[in-house]
Amino acid sequence: MTVRGQRRKLVVIGNGMAGARVVEEILDRAPDAFDITMFGAEPYGNYNRILLSSVLGGAEAPTEIFMNPIGWYRDNGIRLHAGVKASRIDRRSRVVVGRRLRKDALAYTVDAADEDGAAEIEEPYDVVIIATGSRPFVPPVEGIEGAGAFLFRTIDDCARIADYARECRHAAVIGGGLLGLEAARGLLTHDVEVTVLEAAPQLMAAQLDAEAGKMLRKTIEGIGIRVMCGVMTRRVARSDEGVTHLEFTDGNRLETDMVVVSAGIRPITEVASASGLTVERGIVCDDRMQTSDPSVFALGECVEHRGQLYGLVEPIWEQARTLADVLSGVRPDAVYTGSKLGTKLKVMGVELASMGETAPASEDDEVIVYREPVNGIYKKLIVRDHRIAGAILLGDTAAADTLMQMYMAGIPAPERRADLLFGSPTGVGLLQAADLPDNAQICNCNGVSKSRIVEAIRNEACQSVGKVAAATKAGLGCGSCKSLVAQLLETCLGEVAFDPSEHYYVPGVPLEKSRLVAEIRNRGIKSVSEVFRQLAGGREDPDSKVGLASLLKTLWPDEYEDERDARFVNDRVHANIQKDGTFSVVPRIYGGVTTPDELMRIARVAVKYAVPMVKLTGGQRIDLLGIRREDLPGVWKDLGMPSGHAYTKAFRTCKSCVGTDFCRYGLGDSIALSQKIERRFQGVESPHKMKLATAGCPRNCSEAYVKDVGAVAIEGGRWELYVGGAAGGSVRKGDLLHTVDSHDEVLRFIGRFIQYYREHGKYLERTYGFVARIGIENLRKILVEDSLGVGRRLDADIRKAVDAYQDPWKEADAPAYAEQFSGPGLAHVLEVAENNG
Amino acid sequence: MAETGTRTVIRVGEAADIPVGQGRCFVLGDETIAVFRQRDGRVFATQNRCPHRAGPLADGIVGGNHVICPLHAHRFDLETGNGSEPGECVRVYETEVVDGQVRLR
Repeated sequence: MTVRGQRRKLVVIGNGMAGARVVEEILDRAPDAFDITMFGAEPYGNYNRILLSSVLGGAEAPTEIFMNPIGWYRDNGIRLHAGVKASRIDRRSRVVVGRRLRKDALAYTVDAADEDGAAEIEEPYDVVIIATGSRPFVPPVEGIEGAGAFLFRTIDDCARIADYARECRHAAVIGGGLLGLEAARGLLTHDVEVTVLEAAPQLMAAQLDAEAGKMLRKTIEGIGIRVMCGVMTRRVARSDEGVTHLEFTDGNRLETDMVVVSAGIRPITEVASASGLTVERGIVCDDRMQTSDPSVFALGECVEHRGQLYGLVEPIWEQARTLADVLSGVRPDAVYTGSKLGTKLKVMGVELASMGETAPASEDDEVIVYREPVNGIYKKLIVRDHRIAGAILLGDTAAADTLMQMYMAGIPAPERRADLLFGSPTGVGLLQAADLPDNAQICNCNGVSKSRIVEAIRNEACQSVGKVAAATKAGLGCGSCKSLVAQLLETCLGEVAFDPSEHYYVPGVPLEKSRLVAEIRNRGIKSVSEVFRQLAGGREDPDSKVGLASLLKTLWPDEYEDERDARFVNDRVHANIQKDGTFSVVPRIYGGVTTPDELMRIARVAVKYAVPMVKLTGGQRIDLLGIRREDLPGVWKDLGMPSGHAYTKAFRTCKSCVGTDFCRYGLGDSIALSQKIERRFQGVESPHKMKLATAGCPRNCSEAYVKDVGAVAIEGGRWELYVGGAAGGSVRKGDLLHTVDSHDEVLRFIGRFIQYYREHGKYLERTYGFVARIGIENLRKILVEDSLGVGRRLDADIRKAVDAYQDPWKEADAPAYAEQFSGPGLAHVLEVAENNG
Repeated sequence: MAETGTRTVIRVGEAADIPVGQGRCFVLGDETIAVFRQRDGRVFATQNRCPHRAGPLADGIVGGNHVICPLHAHRFDLETGNGSEPGECVRVYETEVVDGQVRLR
């Protein structure tokens, strides 16, 4: 904690999107840590430079694009030198030196003459952040700096260009990249004929391949913009009246009245060079965004990080978060390791998205292309190692958000690649906001995560896309994430309007399952009492204990701190309580196949303990009913058989028909399979009980079609795996998840399904509800096609649960606590002396 | 005006003999009494028999000054005896722990 007066002095050089953003991030984390001073060469607060073309085009008023108006600086106690350009950092006397720019000066000028004669401004510092951004690249063209030629970078540039365009009929834009096209679009609204000049053979070479470039060109020409590719301008020719024409290196010329240069950007690094910091293409920074001076940091377009320059906002937001973490001390060891690049935009009304690479790097790369020339639609995917390495979407970008999420997160592509471009034929989305991990970035422009948005909706009463935007900045960049934000609103507000507690995993902890799981994992909570302490304000809720115990055991198979009071009585004594308070005992009989020896032992136990009823169960087991609690350990020891778990929310039984051993119809060895299944998964806990079956042929004598999981042998030595069947209070035929060739495969996919159910099932939700809720198509994608890339992890986690299994009846010899199997105690009446004063 | 006399109390044994966070049932003549030891250290006692279908409340889940019957999940306030279902309530005993001994009256 830093006390006022002991604040460190932070000087930020640059008041553009990067500079203002990092200050906001720092204030969020440590509002009192720094006295903040900012130098901004432009005489304004911070505005959204991405929207400049909208200002030029008249779609937005200049005042509408301000993100941090002057008042914001005042409100946050920040001293802003607006219109003052920092010229150097005096690292010996630890001051930043700046000079006021002339009113009409270009903010990004390199020309010292623009500084007026006023005295230097000096600001002492403990820490400096350089966020000077970039300036337009000016190609070497004769006369490019005279009247009628403009650069396009600032809000003042917009005003100058718009002003001049009023007197013009023709305008040329040098640069057919993203910025050039944006400028051309803006100019078009000023009633001038616009020609775009590009030196490369195609438009937008950084984001598009040749074919997409050609299509874009066609569309752009269709709306009345002339495009010339492969031309280099040599000279801007003028008469007394102003610009007359451009001359190209090939000898051709173009009549025009004005020219706007928008041909890329270059980092502004003079202040760093003048201060002796290491500068290559940009100001060189390490992973903590530190320059070669440990007191000086940098971020944004002026930075070179791991040899890479960035010109899109998303990586810069990431840098801002890292730097704020480092400087605020929240996470001093935070690192920025670089960004994957992707962008979605609208150029001249053409929807366009591009990410990663535009061309295959080797023959092993899959290239998937879809063309619809008549409608100007072109889609191209580059898939490498089953992951998206690059994508271009032109004309139809509906799939862009999903692809971007998959590309950024490295999520494996579905087997049917077409689903990537067109969605699955069943209408199930590849990604839904609800399915994205909490840390998934929803707003790529402003780097806002799903969890932040959900928090704003839930805890900050944000009930509209606009309010979410105001609270989190999500949707304030390109706006393409608004549909995802709307999805999240729908999900969350549906809950609010209905009854939020409906979606809590347990009634006493106000979190739905995924959030609860995240909290438990993040905080490393291992016991039920600790959940109440940390997540329920210390209020213990008896209705929640059992569900929490089940969840914790699933999350921490080996480390779960087993508090026995959180267990239902059945799980305290490993038997099923009956209406009279006695218990039933069902020993495990694997696959329902027993032996004379076992039967004799069971019979002897029934006699010895005067068991009131011996009954065969629906799961092909033998039930001993009416046993007193204090007799349980003796019964188990005398049986010498493991627990059949006929009392708990767990894997219970796998019953079987006689399969191939004796049956004349049997196609597959259902008995051996059911025994393998039962030995593997016995006692594995789950949201509700699981009853399984195997059938040796589709006649289904063991009722495998209506079990939580059923394996049915079919012709050809194969097994069909059905999930979500039921034949109790609800009747449902299971859905076919997969068809496999071997017992081992059956075991593997049962394991995956069980683990996924353990993780995603609501407490007390049977598999029939779970499968119906998630949808068999989705389950097949996740579990069979491994669309989320979680298959191996599920396999490993169910393995852990299997390995953690111990026969609970072993507690017969070693009770978990003294009174575990005790019968009633005796109470006594006492007379005690008492002073009734 | 102080007066010294005697009163009748029921001694059910050591608090430590009741597993933490659980209940245990004690027999006194024809009566069975459920005694609960919450995780926060509070000790409660009620009739053991659930008024609904005679479930053993001592085997219920305890917390937040309530117990849930193991048979049909009817819920009872351990301080007042009031039940979650209309018209259902259980007898509650005052409890005290003296030298580690649980006493009821």
